[in-house]
Amino acid sequence: MDAIKTVELTKEYKDLTAVDGLNLTVRQGELLSLLGVNGAGKTTTIKMLTRLTQPTSGDAYLLGKSILTESAAVKNMIAVSPQETAVAPNLTVWENLELIAGVHGLNKDEAKGKVTELSGRFGLGEVANKRAGKLSGGWQRRLSIAMALISDPQILFLDEPTLGLDVLARSDLWDMIRALKGSMTVILTTHYMEEAEALSDRVAIMKNGRLLLTGTPAEIKRRAGTDKFDEAFVRIVKEAVV
Amino acid sequence: MKVFAFSKRNDLEILRDPLNLLFGVGFPIVLLLLLTVIQRNIPVALFEIEHLAPGIIVFGLSFMTLFSATLIAKDRGSSFLQRLYTTPLTAGDFIMGYLLPILPICIAQSVICFAMAVLLGLHVTIHILTSVLFTLPVALLFVSLGLLCGSIFTDKQVGGICGALLTNLTAWLSGIWFDLGLVGGAFQKIANLLPFVHAVEMERAVLRGDYAGVFPHIWWVMGYAAAVTAIAVFAFLRQMKRQ
Ligand SMILES: Nc1ncnc2c1ncn2[C@@H]1O[C@H](COP(=O)(O)OP(=O)(O)OP(=O)(O)O)[C@@H](O)[C@H]1O
Ligand SMILES: [Mg+2]
Repeated sequence: MDAIKTVELTKEYKDLTAVDGLNLTVRQGELLSLLGVNGAGKTTTIKMLTRLTQPTSGDAYLLGKSILTESAAVKNMIAVSPQETAVAPNLTVWENLELIAGVHGLNKDEAKGKVTELSGRFGLGEVANKRAGKLSGGWQRRLSIAMALISDPQILFLDEPTLGLDVLARSDLWDMIRALKGSMTVILTTHYMEEAEALSDRVAIMKNGRLLLTGTPAEIKRRAGTDKFDEAFVRIVKEAVV
Repeated sequence: MKVFAFSKRNDLEILRDPLNLLFGVGFPIVLLLLLTVIQRNIPVALFEIEHLAPGIIVFGLSFMTLFSATLIAKDRGSSFLQRLYTTPLTAGDFIMGYLLPILPICIAQSVICFAMAVLLGLHVTIHILTSVLFTLPVALLFVSLGLLCGSIFTDKQVGGICGALLTNLTAWLSGIWFDLGLVGGAFQKIANLLPFVHAVEMERAVLRGDYAGVFPHIWWVMGYAAAVTAIAVFAFLRQMKRQ
């Protein structure tokens, strides 16, 4: 079974089609990067798949469950780290993690184990008792991503996870994301082409709400006739008429 | 329980804001003190503690609307609530989680105000306890008003509407500081159509031990509380769906 299969998934706003008849398949355990310039429809796609936005038409199946008719089942297997950092400002780092454990129905012991594990994995121990609202942007982002992993999701959505991180923090986060590969399906969006190339099994390139093409980074480069991935991206997006 | 985790978070967010504590506890206490001091220095009975305390308690509860509406409006404005919408929390969990955890804060506020009133000379009777109990429908009214405002306004608008307008409506149209009968006319008519004066009169009757005097005021309070809760639930669900 595919982790994600979208069928003519479409989102229309008043005067614009943000996502236009998207047919995309993501295999289980795969890390897929959704690429595209500002406004291409990446976040809207993620919002539809995570039940935040109702599609105008079309449907999508997450591990076989329809986002339209099996919303509860879908919510039980996904987690999201939104594009804007989403943490509770007056709660400490630890309490934020506990909160997410709680809303996923973990009991006290499970929650404690999971929170301890993730704060260790993300190096959050030193800021555990700080209020999340007082952390720097980079730390908030780390926390935001750690929060997405509390529930052991089968499908993880990371919308621009490394935005605003310094070089070291980014490289740390790359390692963490790599470590997730295979154990869960990851959909990631980014504007850093080197990131997409380094992390992705496959990339999907969108423009004006449409899917231009999907393929491994190597395939994309071959298709564009260049050995630089960022150049390949630019060529493909520029040449596409949609 | 999922909803407990969310409720606890909402309590913490409210209690950890020093401004909330200042307005929620500090302000009513200062008013009690100030008006009692004034009462001691004037010959007529204007702010006698048995009369004053129930009014201040209702006035204090009106700040809960501000607190809960601010919390909800801020959550809606940030992606935090969006993130929670992708978790297994149901619409019912969100509504309960925004309404219920504020009620204990309301009770605590009333208890603190009554304790202060006792220090200022209020006789200790069992009626104080029942008065605290009777604040529950009043608290529900203000808290659901918070859910309503938080669901339709931005946090800036909430500051103006709940922080300035509602608290002033509560202050002036509730007969806390002066007998509405003295003003009479349209002012009194409007006040009587709103729940605030009824909340105060109900509390005053309970504190006197005059349980028959609770009526009809309690119907006004409960009617408004039920209606506002229903509208608030509708407004919250609507904004949730519109995402
Ligand atoms: N709630 C909304 N109402 C109207 N238009 C919207 C709404 N949300 C998004 N859009 C529009 O839909 C289009 C796609 O937006 P989306 O956020 O999905 O792009 P994106 O690929 O994530 O861009 P970025 O890289 O800047 O994050 C944009 O033109 C955006 O203005
Ligand atoms: Mg985006």
